[in-house]
Amino acid sequence: MLNKIYDWVDERLDITPIWRDIADHEVPEHVNPAHHFSAFVYCFGGLTFFITVIQILSGMFLTMYYVPDVENAWKSVYYLQNEVAFGEIVRGMHHWGASLVIVMMFLHTLRVFFTGSYKKPRELNWMVGVGIFGVMIGLGFTGYLLPWDMKALFATKVGIEIAASVPFIGQMIKVLLAGDATIIGAQTLTRFFAIHVFFLPAVLFGLLAAHFIMIRRQGVSGPL
Amino acid sequence: MHRGKGMKFVGDSRIKANHRMPNVPKDYSEYPGKTEAFWPNFLLKEWMVGAVFLIGYLLLTVAHPSPLEGPADPTKPYTPLPDWYFLFIYQLLKYTYASGPYNVIGAIVMPGIAFMALLLMPFLDTTPERKPSKRPLPTAFMMLTLASMFYLTWESVVNHDWVAGKAQGAIVHEVEFDKESEGYQAYSASSCIGCHGGDLTGGAGPGLTNTGLTADEIKNIAINGSESGAMPAGLWQGTDEDLQKVAEFIESLKSE
Repeated sequence: MLNKIYDWVDERLDITPIWRDIADHEVPEHVNPAHHFSAFVYCFGGLTFFITVIQILSGMFLTMYYVPDVENAWKSVYYLQNEVAFGEIVRGMHHWGASLVIVMMFLHTLRVFFTGSYKKPRELNWMVGVGIFGVMIGLGFTGYLLPWDMKALFATKVGIEIAASVPFIGQMIKVLLAGDATIIGAQTLTRFFAIHVFFLPAVLFGLLAAHFIMIRRQGVSGPL
Repeated sequence: MHRGKGMKFVGDSRIKANHRMPNVPKDYSEYPGKTEAFWPNFLLKEWMVGAVFLIGYLLLTVAHPSPLEGPADPTKPYTPLPDWYFLFIYQLLKYTYASGPYNVIGAIVMPGIAFMALLLMPFLDTTPERKPSKRPLPTAFMMLTLASMFYLTWESVVNHDWVAGKAQGAIVHEVEFDKESEGYQAYSASSCIGCHGGDLTGGAGPGLTNTGLTADEIKNIAINGSESGAMPAGLWQGTDEDLQKVAEFIESLKSE
């Protein structure tokens, strides 16, 4: 049955080469923890992607209850945390995942750095990776405000002041993020919500796609 | 259309690609060492690593529920702390030549240089050597950066008052009480109200609702001061009778 469906689609779309591009390749010995235990350092990139997928899924479920508005944001998070079935688990996974993804990405960056894997011909992939690092930091910063509790508000005030101290364009960045030249309030919350769930994920998906296409094209760097 | 299955489409407008590289994977014997097929052999191993990781992740989630402080209120005093991975910048901004008039150095210039150096690493370290020991400068710079990040994070953690930090944002459950009651009258006539607030939600001192203390314990604190010493001894100036009323009143302030 499955084979018949596959053949039906393949006859029309010729999907076998796509499948080969994605999955049909050899994994060299030096990155395989089954052969060299120390090769577990090559797992950090995959684990970063694993947590990213969990963040996307848990985030999608969180938006089913979360209300991005100053009156109800905190109440909706409180309800989610204390009343919704497994709400505490879903929010907990999103909360801890946000930290773990930074840890794993940091370790992945160090592995690539200390194995010298960013050298020719992989310069572009390294730069895209640093871009992903920046986007993740941005996701962490914007997500910190969304529960709209005391630490969220006051930490974001400091963060926006730091952004405003950028020479020449600081004030523009501040107004773009906060929605107002002086007030950190209702506008800021909706903007951070939009940035956190639409803008940055869109950039992230593009960069991740580039990252993965490049690693498939170039292959993993050879043994040291 | 010569590739794949030689398909023909109705109204096909695509340009024919005759010079494409053959999309056939190399034979396994062309790879040195013990290579392994990605699908499904290697992916199964990655799956197992992911499963072990997920167990740890879920244990963390269950053991430590994510924190939620009281709702944001810009009128209340609060000293914020950033998320842990920003703590090194937070600490950097406390030093003389990275704060105040030099704020731009600590907040923009130093993180900016570090980020740009990371981004442009392939063009700063252009030797073909890959072993860390054969490119001493990049290795040394990275170790130095890691050491300073670790040191700054450590410094910010040991210099932060975690107890006070936790207390300032705690969720306050409002407790309804009668402002005409004897206990509240005695409370508002005393100096207690100066620090603990007219609604007993706190000010310079902590809030007095849901303390979980008995009347005797409250009396003890009013006379002898708090255990931490934040509230000194001898602040109660009134009569013992009023103190008893105040203590019983505070003990009764519990939300359901």
